[in-house]
Amino acid sequence: MTGKEPTSPAVTARDSVQIDAAGLTTQQLNDLLRRAVADGIKKIELRNVCGQRYIGTDLGQPVEIDIYGTPGNDLGSFMDGPRIRVHGNAQDGCGNTMNHGEIVVYGHAGDITGLSARDGKIFVRDYVGYRAAIHMKEYQERKPALVIGGTAQDFLGEYMAGGTVIVLGMELKPGEKHRARFIGTGMHGGAIYLRGEVEKYQLGKEVGVKELDDNDRAALGSLVGEFARHFSYEAEALLQGKFIKLVPLYLRPYGRLYAYG
Amino acid sequence: MKTYLPNRFIVERDPARCIQCEVCVNQCSFDVNYRDADEDEVRSREENCVGCHRCVLFCPTRALNIRRTPLDYRENANWRPEIIEDIIRQAESGGILLTGMGTDKAHPIYWDRLVLNASQVTNPSIDPLREPMELRTYLGRKPDSLTVEPGSLALKTKLAPQVAIEVPILFSALSYGAVSINVHKSLARAATEMGTLFNTGEGGLHRKLYKYGANTICQVASGRFGVHPDYLNVGRILEIKIGQGAKPGIGGHLPGEKVSAEVAATRMIPKGTDALSPAPQHDIYSIEDLAQLISALKEATNYTKPVSVKIAAVHNAAAIASGIARAGADIIALDGIRGATGAAPKIIRDNVGIPIELAIAAVDTRLRQEGIRNQVSLIAAGGIRNSGDVIKAIALGADAVYIGTAALVALGCTVCQQCHTGKCAWGICTSDLRLTKRINPDIGAQRLVNLLRGWSLEIKEMLGGMGVNALESLRGNRLHLRGVGLTDTELEILGVKMAGA
Ligand code: SF4
Ligand code: SF4
Repeated sequence: MTGKEPTSPAVTARDSVQIDAAGLTTQQLNDLLRRAVADGIKKIELRNVCGQRYIGTDLGQPVEIDIYGTPGNDLGSFMDGPRIRVHGNAQDGCGNTMNHGEIVVYGHAGDITGLSARDGKIFVRDYVGYRAAIHMKEYQERKPALVIGGTAQDFLGEYMAGGTVIVLGMELKPGEKHRARFIGTGMHGGAIYLRGEVEKYQLGKEVGVKELDDNDRAALGSLVGEFARHFSYEAEALLQGKFIKLVPLYLRPYGRLYAYG
Repeated sequence: MKTYLPNRFIVERDPARCIQCEVCVNQCSFDVNYRDADEDEVRSREENCVGCHRCVLFCPTRALNIRRTPLDYRENANWRPEIIEDIIRQAESGGILLTGMGTDKAHPIYWDRLVLNASQVTNPSIDPLREPMELRTYLGRKPDSLTVEPGSLALKTKLAPQVAIEVPILFSALSYGAVSINVHKSLARAATEMGTLFNTGEGGLHRKLYKYGANTICQVASGRFGVHPDYLNVGRILEIKIGQGAKPGIGGHLPGEKVSAEVAATRMIPKGTDALSPAPQHDIYSIEDLAQLISALKEATNYTKPVSVKIAAVHNAAAIASGIARAGADIIALDGIRGATGAAPKIIRDNVGIPIELAIAAVDTRLRQEGIRNQVSLIAAGGIRNSGDVIKAIALGADAVYIGTAALVALGCTVCQQCHTGKCAWGICTSDLRLTKRINPDIGAQRLVNLLRGWSLEIKEMLGGMGVNALESLRGNRLHLRGVGLTDTELEILGVKMAGA
């Protein structure tokens, strides 16, 4: 893809710009973003985005980015600070190894959403693909969160080492179960809150099911509240129905795997 | 359960020399030497001895010697003692046998079957003491062609980022957590002094070592430990770790005991938790996905750094390398079956992968055939033991080599293969603060610098002998190699002629 010559961003206010991404390559678009941020721009509106990857990756500033169209894979990978709103769907790798910031998707997101994220928040209004939140981890005050309005596919929270995943199951019809299998395989930290039914066989061998306590309800309430504000839902309604909490059974799931010789 | 395992070593203490000072008691981290309170005498629990020689070398009167236990089984070429004892160990534990270091099995070492050329009569050899010898190597993607400004001869082609190293030897990935901070410090300082690079491995880089960033390769592996924007930006080269020669195809589990407060801070995971690296990187299931991570890393660092991809040398290494080059990597690191590790299942360490010599030759040949050899630099790893191996690797087609075990041996490692226990008596492969103090980074750096200096001098001598004054002229020049004792097929894959031909 060679792309067209990038045109200068239209300055819409003192510290905000609008960029027309039509026909730009990934590199051209990210270059414009880098330059805008270097110029002290705080709010960026991207129009006609179509498959450009890695948006927001190295901006390292709390800029606000509104994306119209469909950003490509690895949206916000390694991201450290920006707040991104996607007015459309996100593809694979959204928030991959994210360090800090926020991604709000007014639609669905693809596979490996939030892979290895260490901090920051991802809110997806609809569903996510396979392997979401895989190897998500936390460290001290850094605790990533992924809130999914709909449902998720297999391997949700696999190898999860920290952070919070919430699946609200809004798309499920009455009586319909979540479809994901191998949920939390190898999980050794963090928590998954799930509304809607799952069968035992859908869970990884390393996770246990718990009832929510007051702390859980507080954590859930606050993240679901944020989710509801982003997408104009009633938080109350979203918190109704039965949630289960999935937690690691062992801090060292593979501790007994080895013999020392 | 009563163990059926016999002792492996005998600790011989010469009573005429022993002064009962207890140095051996303090030095042994495997709980062998102790003072017997009743007899008031230093004794040994020989069943625990791993043969690491720490006590021998620190005994002030050299009163100790360690010998292999002479216990003989009935001769049997099939049921060798090691095989019997591995079964006993598993019958008593029910687990995967873990081990450390590189394979100890007798896989063919092709370095020892390759010999180098030297000039005689028809072309003069060069005296490196008299004439300059060029070992500098540039790592990074080279363009297909160059255009220069007519007249001024200024370069018009935009070059991909290049990293110059003054010796073609880099320190292989050794993660902080597997090795101690003092080992990382020793490597970082030595790399800086010698104008080469050390590799963080997959455990991140301690903030105190950020000042060595210009001489650091920052690794990104499946666990993404300690990977954040500062880390990506501080290093000179980024390396995506797909595989490792000692354990191709599997991930790694750093046990919680090794995750100390400092290791936890660097990896950015809670203290004492197991650091689990999944087998694959879950955002890489294809060459296209690899291309994506390569680009993501380049975007994250604004195209200022070469990106390396490290793979274990496996059967289809040549085809995979071609894919990696086409995916946009600037460097390919190949790690052969003799590559070492802080911990790996023994069965995998000893049985999976191919020798590095064959892999270098196969990859270099394939990339040349496809006309893309210039697009990547090739770093060879896994069993480089001396400068002879280095120069042969380069003649076979590598741009540079990684050394891991050799560097640790320079720091004191005796290749006792106990790295996975976290008790390394030499203070190398441990995060036990009492033991890590045994490596003094000033002395460690000095030992490593001495080693690299020695090897560079030897490489210059060998180059001069061949009548070559720049390493660049030897790279991939297999006419400078001949094989001894190899089959036709081996010669063909290595792309070298039989000695005498
Ligand atoms: S220090 Fe090493 S060689 Fe000496 S007794 Fe202990 S384990 Fe054996
Ligand atoms: S690093 Fe330590 S434990 Fe590992 S082989 Fe060397 S001396 Fe033994």
